[in-house]
Amino acid sequence: MGDIRLMKGNEVIAEAAIRCGCDGYYGYPITPQSEIMETLMLRRPWEETGMVVLQAESEVASANMLFGGASAGKKVMTSSSSPGISLMAEGISYIAGAELPALFVNVQRGGPGLGTIQPSQADYFQATKGGGHGDYKLIVLAPSSVQEMNDFVDLGFELAFKYRNPAMILTDGVIGQMMEKVELSEFKPRLTNQQVEETQGNWAATGKKKNRERHILTSLELQSEKQELHNQKLQAKYKQMEEEDVRFELINCDDAEYILVAFGVSARISQKAVEILREKGIKAGLLRPITLYPFPTKQIQKLIPQAKGFLSVEMNAGQMIEDIKLAVNGKLPVEHFGRMGGIIATPAEIVEAVESKLIGG
Amino acid sequence: MEDTLKIEDIIKPENLVYKKTSVLTDVPMHYCYGCSHGVVHKLVAEVIEEMGIQEDTVGVSPVGCAVLAYNYLDIDWMQAAHGRAPAVATGYKRVNPEKYVFTYQGDGDLAAIGTAETMHAVNRGENIVIIFINNAIYGMTGGQMAPTTMLGQQTATSPYGRDIDLNGYPLKITELLAQLPGAAYVTRQSVHTPGNVRKCKKAIRKAFENSAKNIGTSFVEVVSTCNSGWKQTPVEANEWMEENMFPFYPLGDLKDGEREKPDAYLVQKLKK
Ligand SMILES: Cc1ncc(C[n+]2csc(CCOP(=O)(O)OP(=O)(O)O)c2C)c(N)n1
Ligand code: SF4
Ligand SMILES: [Mg+2]
Repeated sequence: MGDIRLMKGNEVIAEAAIRCGCDGYYGYPITPQSEIMETLMLRRPWEETGMVVLQAESEVASANMLFGGASAGKKVMTSSSSPGISLMAEGISYIAGAELPALFVNVQRGGPGLGTIQPSQADYFQATKGGGHGDYKLIVLAPSSVQEMNDFVDLGFELAFKYRNPAMILTDGVIGQMMEKVELSEFKPRLTNQQVEETQGNWAATGKKKNRERHILTSLELQSEKQELHNQKLQAKYKQMEEEDVRFELINCDDAEYILVAFGVSARISQKAVEILREKGIKAGLLRPITLYPFPTKQIQKLIPQAKGFLSVEMNAGQMIEDIKLAVNGKLPVEHFGRMGGIIATPAEIVEAVESKLIGG
Repeated sequence: MEDTLKIEDIIKPENLVYKKTSVLTDVPMHYCYGCSHGVVHKLVAEVIEEMGIQEDTVGVSPVGCAVLAYNYLDIDWMQAAHGRAPAVATGYKRVNPEKYVFTYQGDGDLAAIGTAETMHAVNRGENIVIIFINNAIYGMTGGQMAPTTMLGQQTATSPYGRDIDLNGYPLKITELLAQLPGAAYVTRQSVHTPGNVRKCKKAIRKAFENSAKNIGTSFVEVVSTCNSGWKQTPVEANEWMEENMFPFYPLGDLKDGEREKPDAYLVQKLKK
């Protein structure tokens, strides 16, 4: 068993990075996630595992530093919050286009613009629909506990390397700032250059050997026919993600008629709302998407025969609800409940929303 | 004539006077006739061959006419977003410090959209090489004004000539970078005559050698021609460059040493 600690979500991201054999972190401070780089700088992993930690001049730079580190076949990551992720959109798009593995963490705050430093889930569209330009997808993981902040760093890297695609942990200011019990992962050593060569040497820019063609990590293709082939290859990859890597959790769904769909901190609160609804004799359940992309579309469809309606609970004006509606395809009512501006919904408000929007409505 | 060499003799190995470096691929370059890019590519390739570092060198190509540099040098490459090459090089070099990493960037890429990435990479003293092709114009996009465009110079977006009130001043980014403590070597070269080509190659060689010594960033500007963008013949372009650019962008070393060490006072303070 790993070490058991009481820790903040953000600190756990840092600790998990060191423990999973991350090679490099490049970041820029922003609330509510600055503890990630602060923890790393305090821990000085370069002395312990050789992991590099670098404060960049901007999020534009840090995302593009990831392009460089990932091109070497190394495990590299960054973290930021909403306005910073907007600046990273360029780098993320290039990384997706060049098919590089890299891990991004977005500890969301409210927007638009500078918005608020309070928690939010308003970057769902940005994360799941690409965020930058061009037809691409990120693998998006949504932790709802400090434990998952630990677990998803390793999982994020695993999926990023499986698909050679950027992955994102989409969390929020609550999970980032919250202290909870966590079982930290066991230490995994960083890969040696030799091991990187063995595992990633067929594509990474590890220096051109005499016996192979040069490796060019680029997102550029000037011939339309070839660019379309590249686009089709990316789309096939996303299809494979949808087949193989959808993750979700079902709570009280066996006989549920009213199904709440919520991720991250909203799922924690919705779970309490389900308890209250059950006490009132209302058959409520919770579907918690863990991967926001690939989205648990099929699982939602499986629930349609037993359900009377879905309520999307999000800390935004209604973003995930669009994916739920696509899955339900008009067969049942799909409603949204959300608070904005950094306000965290209460279980009572969610219960009220189920009663007024789904049952009463 | 009796003593003229026959073709069979000319191709004998002992009569070889010049050979294309094997680090250059056999792909025909897309650059316009008279463009400086091709010459600088050749010099970088020759330095890589002569230093025997082909397997250990990774290049970062920019967005600009040199975006396809990866087609011409037989090494591993990364293709960076516009202006971000120094950040990409930093990210790579930090996790692979034993490799030689260089960026190859135009003046729009390096001195406009990528100013921040350039300044900070040099200020951190990243042990990378930056090759900077200053042709006073945006070549790739069809000849628009660059930060380095000369006063009065006509371009597609300064059709009446660069005007101070409208466009500000030409940016001497190399002079700025030479002030930064992280810089080891900052030099300005050109490749418009055989003599200058030789000097430029020496500068590039020094820059690559520096990067193995971990003494800070090495930066080689090459004042260059873009005859297509300037709408001049190659010969006219060389003359225009000498006449108009060299007085403002004088050739020579701006810094040759290594990145600054903190002075005694600072060291004392840091110890506390
Ligand atoms: C973000 C972004 N903005 C603008 C462009 C369009 N663009 C491509 S190359 C270029 C200018 C390149 O000029 P320079 O760096 O001087 O290189 P040169 O072609 O002159 O060698 C521009 C503006 C782009 N590709 N990306
Ligand atoms: S447009 Fe200018 S910089 Fe580009 S290849 Fe032609 S001459 Fe060279
Ligand atoms: Mg230019």
